[in-house]
Amino acid sequence: MKNVLFGLAGVISGVLGGMGMGGGTILIPVLTIFFGVSQHSAQAVNLVSFIPMATISLVIHIKNKYVVFKNVLYIIIAGLITCVIGYLIANALSGEMLKRIFGGFLSVLSIFQFIGCFKNQEQKK
Amino acid sequence: MKENFQGSLVSNGQKGNIKSKSNKLLYLLTGALAGIANGLFGGGGGMIVVPLLSRFLKMESKKAHATAILIILPMSILSSLLYSSGKTMGAMPTIFTAVGVTIGGAFGALVLSKLSSKWICIIFSIVMAIAGVKMLFF
Repeated sequence: MKNVLFGLAGVISGVLGGMGMGGGTILIPVLTIFFGVSQHSAQAVNLVSFIPMATISLVIHIKNKYVVFKNVLYIIIAGLITCVIGYLIANALSGEMLKRIFGGFLSVLSIFQFIGCFKNQEQKK
Repeated sequence: MKENFQGSLVSNGQKGNIKSKSNKLLYLLTGALAGIANGLFGGGGGMIVVPLLSRFLKMESKKAHATAILIILPMSILSSLLYSSGKTMGAMPTIFTAVGVTIGGAFGALVLSKLSSKWICIIFSIVMAIAGVKMLFF
């Protein structure tokens, strides 16, 4: 039964993420606030959940020639290095501390999201 | 980027060279920031990569969104492997959640993204802020 609820939390977060909101972060507060999942576990499941849909979208986007490959390798290599560093920092922090820092990150992202709401509208016009 | 590169070849001027060098730095910085977010917070890299790609590297919005996935996916795979060595929710809850996210994500992207209005976005960003502040202080 609990698994079904997790699936439902996933659907809700997925719908919002698919609409382009929250940048794939919204599943984490849903799981920690409403399901009492620990911060580290919520982050882990968020990472795993991104993989199947991202793979499918990537294939579609490549077919439609929306994906730019030039120079992207620099971005990926730099990112792979710092994501190990990020993981090591997360691993060294307590769940409570990580949750607070994540909260700060989410608050900052919400400001960018808010600003983005007005920009997207202009683009549609 | 293409223009800059050609510019530096054709004019052989310093301006072009400096620009393509600082662009390379921008690429590295973009990756570094997204990687930190991905490893430390398990997400949110996309919200860093997309604006950097579109604003500083002059990529058009649709291409920036698509390219961001190419950038975030390898990081997410690596971070997933790293995180799986630690505390997780367990296999079944993870699978159920991941399947839910995939179904919801496809539905959101294919069906609802055309309906998304400014107000849904604003309400969502407020909910996001409340969740962030709650996690930060409470």
